[in-house]
Amino acid sequence: MQRTFLAGVVGLIFGTGIALSGMANPAKVLNFFDVAGTWDPSLAFVMGGALVVTAIGYRLVLRRAKPVCETKFHIPTNRKLDLPLVAGSAVFGIGWGISGFCPGGAIPALGLGEASAWAFVGAMLIGIFAARSIRLAHGQRLASAT
Amino acid sequence: MTEFTPVLSLLGGALIGLSAVLLMAFHGRIAGMTGILTGLLPPVASDWVWRAAFLAGAIVAPSLVLSLSDHAIAFSSPVPLPWVIIGGVIVGGGVYFGSGCTSGHGVCGMARLSPRSIAATATFMATAIATVFVIRHLLGGF
Repeated sequence: MQRTFLAGVVGLIFGTGIALSGMANPAKVLNFFDVAGTWDPSLAFVMGGALVVTAIGYRLVLRRAKPVCETKFHIPTNRKLDLPLVAGSAVFGIGWGISGFCPGGAIPALGLGEASAWAFVGAMLIGIFAARSIRLAHGQRLASAT
Repeated sequence: MTEFTPVLSLLGGALIGLSAVLLMAFHGRIAGMTGILTGLLPPVASDWVWRAAFLAGAIVAPSLVLSLSDHAIAFSSPVPLPWVIIGGVIVGGGVYFGSGCTSGHGVCGMARLSPRSIAATATFMATAIATVFVIRHLLGGF
């Protein structure tokens, strides 16, 4: 119960940050990428503010033995660069440059009642679901081959 | 043109960072929207409840900001709807195979100096800038 409530509060802080920062506004995001045209550097400040707070905060939090509501920290341990990481990220950037939405920007935009945000999120969920189905099917084929 | 908003963007960014720190402190989790959403798609992750709660908070946040303050949240999109949908499918596939997006790699992973997240962020920023350049300056599009 406390675990669920706290996740909701943290989501609220995240969504407020996204809404205030301009990350939920495709016109602003696309202008950030348009360095040769109507460049709006605001989103560099979003990234800067978020990184400073997270880098300092993580150092303090990860000194503790465990999180408040869980038995351990779930930190990714993979440090290897591979093709899915780089190719997937390259593809994500293309979609971000077309639409002006990233996943974290689009979710709070749903709450603004904007039709394009709902269309984007629906399409993105289909994309994630399809990608996972492909990976799971591929994994099963690999497993049956060995 | 959009208005340059350094103070508001810095404040918003700091709140995004605060949410990342708190999710680690409370739940021990990376505040990455890709990972949180993926766990809510079938087959649904066993710990779906906190994911759904985080998502619900993020969705109601803008209306709460609007009702508690006189601050207007700017929103406009120059992108035609079919392209928004195409972009959405591409983003979904990309973030799944790339194991994260702006929040997971760009904020949480970069803050931990993860080599994978640094590579991912440099890559998606570069292709996003290149895509906008091609659409706006070579094709004369939106």
